[in-house]
Amino acid sequence: MTFFQLIRKNLFRKKLRTILTTFAIFVAFAIFGILATFQNALNSGADTASADRLIVTNKINFTLPMPIAYASRVATVPGVKLVSHANWFGGYYQEPKNFLVALAIDPQSYLDLYPEYVLPPAQRAAFLGDRGSIIVGEGLAKQFNWKLGDRIPIKSNIFRKVDGSDTWDFTVAGIMTPGSTGVDVNFVAFHYEYFKQTRSFGGDTIGWLILRTESPKENERISRTIDAMFANSPFETETKTEQAFNKAFTEQLGDVGFIILLVVGAAFGTILLIVGNTMMLTVRERTNEIAVLKTIGFTADSIFRLVIGESLLLASIGGLLGLGAAYAASIGLAAVSGGRFGVMAFSPVTALIGVGIIVALGLLTGLLPALRAMNLNVVTALGRK
Amino acid sequence: MSEALIVLKGIGKRYKRGKQSVPIFEHLDMTIPRQDFAAIMGPSGSGKTTLLNLLGGIDRPSEGTINFDGKRMDNLSENQLAAFRAANIGFIFQFYNLMPMLSAAQNVELPLLLTKLGPRARRERVKTALAVVGLSDRARHKPSELSGGQQQRVAIARAIVSDPKLLLCDEPTGDLDRETAGEILGMLQTLNRDLGKTIVMVTHDPEAARFAKRTLHLDKGRFSEKDLNA
Ligand SMILES: Nc1ncnc2c1ncn2[C@@H]1O[C@H](COP(=O)(O)OP(=O)(O)OP(=O)(O)O)[C@@H](O)[C@H]1O
Ligand SMILES: [Mg+2]
Repeated sequence: MTFFQLIRKNLFRKKLRTILTTFAIFVAFAIFGILATFQNALNSGADTASADRLIVTNKINFTLPMPIAYASRVATVPGVKLVSHANWFGGYYQEPKNFLVALAIDPQSYLDLYPEYVLPPAQRAAFLGDRGSIIVGEGLAKQFNWKLGDRIPIKSNIFRKVDGSDTWDFTVAGIMTPGSTGVDVNFVAFHYEYFKQTRSFGGDTIGWLILRTESPKENERISRTIDAMFANSPFETETKTEQAFNKAFTEQLGDVGFIILLVVGAAFGTILLIVGNTMMLTVRERTNEIAVLKTIGFTADSIFRLVIGESLLLASIGGLLGLGAAYAASIGLAAVSGGRFGVMAFSPVTALIGVGIIVALGLLTGLLPALRAMNLNVVTALGRK
Repeated sequence: MSEALIVLKGIGKRYKRGKQSVPIFEHLDMTIPRQDFAAIMGPSGSGKTTLLNLLGGIDRPSEGTINFDGKRMDNLSENQLAAFRAANIGFIFQFYNLMPMLSAAQNVELPLLLTKLGPRARRERVKTALAVVGLSDRARHKPSELSGGQQQRVAIARAIVSDPKLLLCDEPTGDLDRETAGEILGMLQTLNRDLGKTIVMVTHDPEAARFAKRTLHLDKGRFSEKDLNA
């Protein structure tokens, strides 16, 4: 028998109680892990944003359009290296539940601006050469079983074609892969020119401009110049870094981070009480045994380690099972969501924070009972029969 | 070896009860020779358990000195006392005080967790101790699967497994029927006679005291010695 075995046997003495407590810890850590996964997904856009990219949107709201002429005017601002534009299509595939991030883009400049959306050269050339073609993210291609050359119908819940239909047919010309981890390619993109000519309304207007600056240091000045250029026009603009834009976009969903913090805080507050109370009860029940251990020569130190070891073991079992379940769930969620909410991943940082909380929980819940056990007076404890 | 195992000199012990300080012992002297088997009798509240606590290094005297094996122990620190108890004293209680979730063998092994012995040496020691108390065939039983007498035998095995010089027993047969009590007391007698263990045993039962070499009567913190076996 080892010291650790003694701790383990102590922990599993009251099996039902330990299982219930472990389950409470498990649930709290599973909630934490899954919510952290969601938060990672929401932040993934901001994390992979490039520092030298700016986004120009309509000042009133980024969903409102701007004239296409803005693209060439912005290109004249000193320090702007490259300009592209995109429109929101509001697309879905077959059924509304298969919602798609679908963009009408200026192909050449857009792909130049986003080198992290990787296309093999042949596919890139095919896309640029065919106005009726589309490029799709690899996750979506897999999910909907799209192959190169397939004709796929994409519906819009905003736009209608000139002929009254809501369905655009595209040829799959390329399948995008992410250039690095965290890059989100779960979208489809097609030619703006084709979209403009086939849609029944909207004219020659675009959703937003993307531009590359010569250096992030120029961002401030360029933003101000652009917004000043269109001030007092019917379409005033707001220029932000891509990072700020992505963040603002996420915040449309409410302050998710704060809500997550509240939920996780409540969950951990609750188990702190539950586990702390259980440990306190446990030590009180064992007063006599602890006195016996001290009598036969266990030092105050070793009694302290015996109790704190038990609370750490309890927190570790429940916590690691919970984190494991959250990890498994994140894989499932990533598959189900198809990346539509960003890159759904259980990050190493989440795991590390989780382990940190496990240790903190074990120490916090064990501290008082351990101190109490270690300071137990043997004479009085053994005296009271 | 003629030197006594334990010498108490001028022991005073007081407990605080509220503002009052209640004296249990005043100027108590006592000598326990090596290989003694002393029974301590006396009315409830006379200080028998308190005396065992002092002898075993669980409690410290308010005054006086205690020498164990030629060394002073009344001024040791808490940690030193813990080490002293682990090395020198075996405790046997009225209610056995075994760990319910551990098997008999594991209960016996408990004091060895405090030593540097390897797993094999420990297993040997446990085996020997269980053999001495005649429970080799019950090694894997939990305390709840053993009778009171068997549990007390496991407790004795636990007390002797680290080969201490002194065994302190506080009413070891107080919870047992006469026949079983006789077995336990016979076993203590054997440990004293054949293995040379010094034993101090508190008991209320004159029959039990007969198994000892001598009986000390404690009353109001004082001894009146009569050698019943004489
Ligand atoms: N921790 C303590 N605090 C205060 N008084 C105590 C404490 N322990 C013992 N006493 C008192 O000291 C006296 C002696 O107690 P002790 O337990 O030594 O008696 P005892 O002879 O073992 O009695 P019993 O036969 O009932 O076990 C009693 O009056 C008791 O109330
Ligand atoms: Mg007593």
